[in-house]
Amino acid sequence: MARGGPVRRTRNGMFELRLEARERDVLRELPQQLRGLLEHEDPSSDAAMARLYPPAYVDDPIRNWEYERMAGDDLTAGRLAAIDRMEGTIDADRLSEDDVLAWLGVCNDLRLVLGTRLDITEETTGADFPPDDERSSAFALYGYLTWLVDAIVRALSG
Amino acid sequence: MSIVAETITAPVEIGHTEGDEVPEPDIPWIVIVWNDPVNLMSYVTWVFQKLFGYPRAKAEKLMMDVHTKGKAVVSSGAREKAEFDVARLHAHGLWATMQKDV
Repeated sequence: MARGGPVRRTRNGMFELRLEARERDVLRELPQQLRGLLEHEDPSSDAAMARLYPPAYVDDPIRNWEYERMAGDDLTAGRLAAIDRMEGTIDADRLSEDDVLAWLGVCNDLRLVLGTRLDITEETTGADFPPDDERSSAFALYGYLTWLVDAIVRALSG
Repeated sequence: MSIVAETITAPVEIGHTEGDEVPEPDIPWIVIVWNDPVNLMSYVTWVFQKLFGYPRAKAEKLMMDVHTKGKAVVSSGAREKAEFDVARLHAHGLWATMQKDV
């Protein structure tokens, strides 16, 4: 199938998004799942949340606490706004640049969450997740999001 | 004389340590991005270009330093600027920290 990539910048500054219905159906569920994580889990007790909210100061707990107090709410607000925007355009064929940036942010956050849950390392390959592994579907989703994030980055860079 | 000197200096020292704002030495802060196994090389390069306005070649070199050396200094400046940059990098999912450039 010659589709020339799922995301393409058009002449008027918009972006064409070519995804199959079954891809949209997979993506449709994801923003809400990320929202649930952001609203119900905490970086101190959840590894994926800790990955989304890293410390700014490695050896200075007090300054780091101040940083989290100052920046944490803004980080969450930005993530939730991106989730809202992706949900609102989940069936769209044409996206504005702000829409594309929201999709990119949500998909990259989801890769970080899945990568943490799956213990992805530099050495991870598909052989680590055979079909009978209960995590194989999550790894397939991780791979799909990798492909989509790379496509969005190439469209934004082009 | 020594007793008088002590009674004069002691309150001054206490007053200093109780101050809210201890002046910081004029040392710049550096922002470090650390390697992680999830963020794509293409994505990291794009983030460096977008956030810092770096030309593609410089962004790619920093990305390769992160990838091969484990980390790279991507910006520097006063503490407030460094913190702002760290927050923007965190908003983009990069593993960034800041420290004094000593």
